[in-house]
Amino acid sequence: MPDRPPAPAGAAAPWPGTVVIRGGTVVDETGTRQADVLVRDGRVVAVEKRITIPGGATVLDAGGCLVAPGLVDLHAHLRQPGAEEAETVESASRAAVLGGFTAVVAMPNTDPPVDNAAVALEVLALGAASLCRVAVAGAITVGRAGERLAPMGELAALGVRLFTDDGAGVQDGGLMRRALDYARGLGVTLAQHCEDRAIAAGGLMHEGEWSARLGLPGVPAAAEEAMVARDIALVAATGAPMHFLHLSCAGSLSLVAAAKAAGMPVTAEVAPHHLALTDAELAAYDPLFKVNPPLRSAADVAAVRRACATGTVDAVATDHAPHAANTKEAPLDEAPPGMLGLQTAWPVALAALHRGDPGLGADGEAVPALSVADVIGLLSWRPARIAGLDRAGGGDQGGPVAAGEPANLCVLDPAHTWTVEAGALASRSGNSPWRGRTLTGSVRHTVVAGEPVVIGGEAQR
Amino acid sequence: MVAAGPGASGGASPEPGAGVTARGAGRSGTGARGARAREASGAAARVGAAERSGAAARVGAAEQSGAAARVGAAERSGAAARVGAAERSGAAARVGAAERSGGSSQADAASGQDSDDGGSQSVPAPPGGPGGRRRHLLSIDDLGAEGIATVLRLSDRFVEVARRPIPKVPALRGRTVASVFAESSTRTRLSFETAARRLSADVISFSPAGSSLAKGESLRDTVQTVAAMGVDCFVVRHGCAGVPAQVAGWTGASVVNAGDGWHEHPTQALLDCATIRQVLAERDGMAVDDVGVDGFVGLRVAIVGDVAHSRVARSGILALAALGARVTLVAPGSLLPPSLVGWPVEAVTADLDDVLPETDVCYVLRLQTERGAGAFVPSPREYTAGFGLTARRAALLPDHAMVLHPGPMVRGVEIAADVADLPRTVVLRQVANGVAVRMAVLFLLLGAEEATADA
Repeated sequence: MPDRPPAPAGAAAPWPGTVVIRGGTVVDETGTRQADVLVRDGRVVAVEKRITIPGGATVLDAGGCLVAPGLVDLHAHLRQPGAEEAETVESASRAAVLGGFTAVVAMPNTDPPVDNAAVALEVLALGAASLCRVAVAGAITVGRAGERLAPMGELAALGVRLFTDDGAGVQDGGLMRRALDYARGLGVTLAQHCEDRAIAAGGLMHEGEWSARLGLPGVPAAAEEAMVARDIALVAATGAPMHFLHLSCAGSLSLVAAAKAAGMPVTAEVAPHHLALTDAELAAYDPLFKVNPPLRSAADVAAVRRACATGTVDAVATDHAPHAANTKEAPLDEAPPGMLGLQTAWPVALAALHRGDPGLGADGEAVPALSVADVIGLLSWRPARIAGLDRAGGGDQGGPVAAGEPANLCVLDPAHTWTVEAGALASRSGNSPWRGRTLTGSVRHTVVAGEPVVIGGEAQR
Repeated sequence: MVAAGPGASGGASPEPGAGVTARGAGRSGTGARGARAREASGAAARVGAAERSGAAARVGAAEQSGAAARVGAAERSGAAARVGAAERSGAAARVGAAERSGGSSQADAASGQDSDDGGSQSVPAPPGGPGGRRRHLLSIDDLGAEGIATVLRLSDRFVEVARRPIPKVPALRGRTVASVFAESSTRTRLSFETAARRLSADVISFSPAGSSLAKGESLRDTVQTVAAMGVDCFVVRHGCAGVPAQVAGWTGASVVNAGDGWHEHPTQALLDCATIRQVLAERDGMAVDDVGVDGFVGLRVAIVGDVAHSRVARSGILALAALGARVTLVAPGSLLPPSLVGWPVEAVTADLDDVLPETDVCYVLRLQTERGAGAFVPSPREYTAGFGLTARRAALLPDHAMVLHPGPMVRGVEIAADVADLPRTVVLRQVANGVAVRMAVLFLLLGAEEATADA
């Protein structure tokens, strides 16, 4: 064991109250059953058919709902420090719990970036005071500049398990190889934003029929695929694990599927918007739909859905990227890429992967539907494992929902239909691609460390 | 006849999407893709899309009912044409109602003659009426073949105005046109401003250098600030595609795209079509008024050079194909767009020598080095060797063929100096037609109800 101090608490102390979640269907990695859930002092005390309500207990109605381990977001931009006008750890955590998330991994592309212990500790401290568990990802290189390694050991000692220069890929293959070798020794996972900058060539949207027609410079799928291919080769060379962030193209997913079939230690996430929206959204030149990686073709959307069904994809992660309104009311070449995701991930994933809504992208080709439990797994226990936030990793996320386990839970309504209003979202920014649209699936309650932080769709603080 | 045909085409549907789909018939695939975009995106969040397609429908409506009626009224049989239009245009009648009565007097104003129409005391249409009052020209797709023909017909009239001792008409008196050029341009800007002044509009002019944009104000705030001063039309040039469409969503004024990134430059395409039409008419010894747009059908057009980064090429292809021309692209692979799916082109080749003997119109594009295109070919020298219109190559063209170039020309690169000076090279005519075509566009977008009853 390295000489490592205990990781600081990323979550608030257990809430000293009693909660009964009544009448729902409990879903976790072990299966599905009708049961009430009794929570006390931050832990699940009982999961039984009919629990008698103790005096003083808060009762949460879960009729018609799924009671699941809290969702875990591998990929959220909380913007603090540096861009507090767009989002803060606190506002993002409120969006998170309203979206059913009990833990989020904060991306390191803040200003200053999380490439040293001081900034990591600041974000962890802000997270401890927030509504959910906040873990941080550290930068692979100093300043995310892609030139020299960041002090990963110093950050790993604080409990950082994921490292990424997200927002950009590490362009220098030699540096990436050294980072993988070094990470292997630390027992941490590197996560890559796969984008070969030279091939991307400053593109503003997916390169294809629509970019050609709209006269916008495109990012070819090859920009992502080339780095995925390179990094798979580097994983083979080093034996270090690698997580692929927000894969968006059919070709990338084929490469990952082949690497997994060869037994390589790779995992992959996709973003909800890549499950449901295509490059045709850019037809009106609205920067709301500018995101990186860009919205791809309908064939890519179908491939992303299929890869979720076949096991190539391990997690759905939001890439929640708030931007102040004025920055998005700009020409497309000036507007920053990114869209909100925390409060809409569950209904979008449910629609795309379980119901297979044809209205949400896809090319009409049949895609095998996932069970609701599998959809929740992509949003909860599977990402928890990648982030090292699961029980086996020493964390408190991802379930199971069983007596003695930490009470990080969400109560998901798969049938409730609602209309997304930008002004009604908890984020400080309004750049949701779903604003004005109607989604089916909502979050009724969220329990973090035993505390009901969301009751009936309302944040309690 | 002029008024009836378009009116019956259904282009004036009040449903924004309908105009797009209907227009798609003129360009295969467009309607289907537009429909797919709408389907994928749902309705409510797509304010921009609605604006854009709505604008398309509106321009279509205005062109095809009001404008056609106006031109028809002024040029042909007076009241009869107008009544005919009203009777036959169906849905168009609602949009065109105020415009037709007002519009006829505008056409009279445009021609500088007194109106014999007692109905020239027009009643302004209520704001936000069917089809909306705002019209934009963001893409050639907003016009369609009928709209292009209307612009060309009207621009002929304005060419005539330009020959007068005082080349000015009161058509847009009291209107304000703001030119917002966020990318350097001399000829396009001067051309638009001259066009607006010849229509008696007030012109305010704005460019980023030394402006609030340079001080960090957002484009949206800048545009809205200028709009608050009372602007009827923004003429927008920007280095990024889509900005004119965005401006259309930010203000209540009409917007004309004066060139956006690699996307479109619709008035350039219109003036190119006007120039081709003139040359065809002269060749056939006809008055340009009489030739219509039939001469474009089957016309063999070669567009040579940097298609990928050319808004001139995109608009030109759409316009020429809409009028029935057969377009061939000639370019190295690195200067072609990443996809040509849905583009109305007949052929794509890298062999210019092979194409030239079968070419009626050779459209030479500039090698746009300032947008980084220079790096897309090994050197200007190698480009010239493969794709330059040299004297030897120009001699391969049929005798009747004409050569166009959007300017500014780089002699010795894409076109040889002596070829640029040949009579068949009609570059200066293109420039001359620019003013008349832009007058026509501004008139069609702004020549609305209350403008010119006192002409």
